[in-house]
Amino acid sequence: MTSAEPAAVIRDESAGAFDPDLAWQRARSVAMRPEPFGALVYHFGNRKLSFLKSKLLVSVVEALEQHPSVHATLAACEVPEAQRPAYVKALADLARSQMIERRELPA
Amino acid sequence: MTAVLPSRPAAPAVRPDRPVGGRLIDQFEYGLDAPICLTWELTYACNLACVHCLSSSGRRDPRELSTAEAEGVIDELQRMQVFYVNVGGGEPTVRPDFWHLLDYAIDHQVGVKFSTNGIKLDKARAAQLAATDYVDVQISLDGATAEVNDRVRGAGSFATATRALENLAEAGMKDFKVSVVVTRENAGQLDAFKALTDSFGAQLRITRLRPSGRGADVWDQLHPTQAQQRDLYNWLLANGDNVLTGDSFFHLSAFGEALPGLNLCGAGRVVCLIDPVGDVYACPFAIHENFLAGNVRDEGGFQRVWQQSELFADLRSPQTGGACTKCAHFDACRGGCMAAKFFTGLPLDGPDPECVQGYGESALAARDSERVAPKSHIDHSHSGPVRGQPTLLGFPSIPAKLCDESPLAGMA
Repeated sequence: MTSAEPAAVIRDESAGAFDPDLAWQRARSVAMRPEPFGALVYHFGNRKLSFLKSKLLVSVVEALEQHPSVHATLAACEVPEAQRPAYVKALADLARSQMIERRELPA
Repeated sequence: MTAVLPSRPAAPAVRPDRPVGGRLIDQFEYGLDAPICLTWELTYACNLACVHCLSSSGRRDPRELSTAEAEGVIDELQRMQVFYVNVGGGEPTVRPDFWHLLDYAIDHQVGVKFSTNGIKLDKARAAQLAATDYVDVQISLDGATAEVNDRVRGAGSFATATRALENLAEAGMKDFKVSVVVTRENAGQLDAFKALTDSFGAQLRITRLRPSGRGADVWDQLHPTQAQQRDLYNWLLANGDNVLTGDSFFHLSAFGEALPGLNLCGAGRVVCLIDPVGDVYACPFAIHENFLAGNVRDEGGFQRVWQQSELFADLRSPQTGGACTKCAHFDACRGGCMAAKFFTGLPLDGPDPECVQGYGESALAARDSERVAPKSHIDHSHSGPVRGQPTLLGFPSIPAKLCDESPLAGMA
C-alpha cells in the first residue's frame, strides 16, 4: 500500500472532528464487504459507499475496537511508520463519512 | 445482407494480474466480487411506449421470474452483500407483487431504488414510501414541459409524473429523484429541470441516451449534438455536485476536466443487469445475446454468473489495444460506452459514437454501408397502438382519455 489516499470516499459532506488519540470502531450500521483489493464499506443509515484500498487498512478498521486509540491500532497492526500519516488521513475520511464512530472506553 | 457483429474485446491470452494498490478505477477494471450497482428489471410490462426505451418494453414476458424466484434472487443478493439494487422495467410497479418484493428486499438488507413513470404512486402509496426506510424513488421525466416530455414518453405522461411528484412531496418523502435522459429536445431545459425538481424538494438525476432497445431507432434524431454536449459538460462542471448522473457522462471528461464519479465503463466489472426472465447482461444498456452472461435460474444462481461467467472474465481487464488507447484523452474517457458503440455498429475498441474529440463522427461516417448495426432480438414492444402513444415518430396520438379532446370537436 503506497498510495497517499488509501480510502476513496465517494461522498462526504458531514464534517466531524477526528481525534486519533481517542478510541474508535467501525460504525454499527456499517457493513464491510471483502474485495480482492481491500473492501467495500456501506453505511445502511446514510447509504454512503466507500472503498478501502488495502487489506491492511481493512484489518486496521476491524481492529479499531480492540485498542484504546488509532495510534495504538496502527502499531498493533504493524502499519509501517512512514505510512501512518496516510492511514490517519484515511481514517479521518472514514470518520467524516460516519463509517467509523467514537467508542467510549469503559470507565 | 448479413449483419456483422463487432466482436467483443478479444480476451488476452493470459489475463493480466490485478495490480496491488494504485487508483480505485484501476482496481475496478479487474472487477469486484459482487456488483456495486445492480440493475434489476422486474417486468417487461409497461403502460407507456416511450420511443427511446432501453429495454424495448411493453408486454409482459410469460417467463418472468415468479415471486418465489424473485425472493430467491434477493436472498442471494443479501448473501453476496449487494447493499442496494436499482429496480426498473418496464414499469416495475405494475407487477402485482411489486410492493411485497420491495418489503422483502428491505427486510433482507437489500435497499431498493426504483424507477417509475409514476402510474401507481397515488397518495396512499406515496405515504407508504415516505414511511419506509431504505427505499429510493426515481420518477422518469424527459421534458421539463409536457410538450417536450410527451413527444417521447406519450400523451399524459408528464401529468402522471408530476402528480406522483406532488404526492411524494405532500407525503413528506425525502430524497426522491427526478430522472431525466438528456436528448436533443430537452438538452436546453437543464435549468428548467433543476427548477422543477427543486420545486418538489426532489433531487435531479440526468443520464445519457443510449442507442439501446428502441433507443436505437431514435438515436440519430435524439442524441445531443456536439454543441449540446459541450454545454452539458459545462453545466455539469457548474452544477454537478448537486445533480446525480449515474456516472453516465464519463465520455464528456475528454473535454478536459474529469467529471465527478467513476469515469469508466463498469459493464460486467462493477455493474450488471438482471432482466425480467432472469437473464444476466453486462449492463442495462446491453440487452443483446453478445452480452448475455447467464441466467439466475442456472445452477449456482446469480453468484456463479457474476463470479465465473466467461463473458464477465473477458470484460475484467483493462483495454490495451485499439485506436483509442493511442489518444491523448484515453485516460479521461477510457473509450466511452460499450453499448453506445455496439448498437451503432462501431468496433468496441474504437471511439464512442459521441466522442467529444470528433472521432466518433468520423467513425460513424466511415462505417461500411453493407454493415448493419446489430439489433437485439429481445423486443417486448406493444404490438398495437398504445393509448397516448408518443408522437415523435409522426404517428397520430390516441387521446389518453376521451375527454382529453373537446366533446364538441368536429361538431362545430
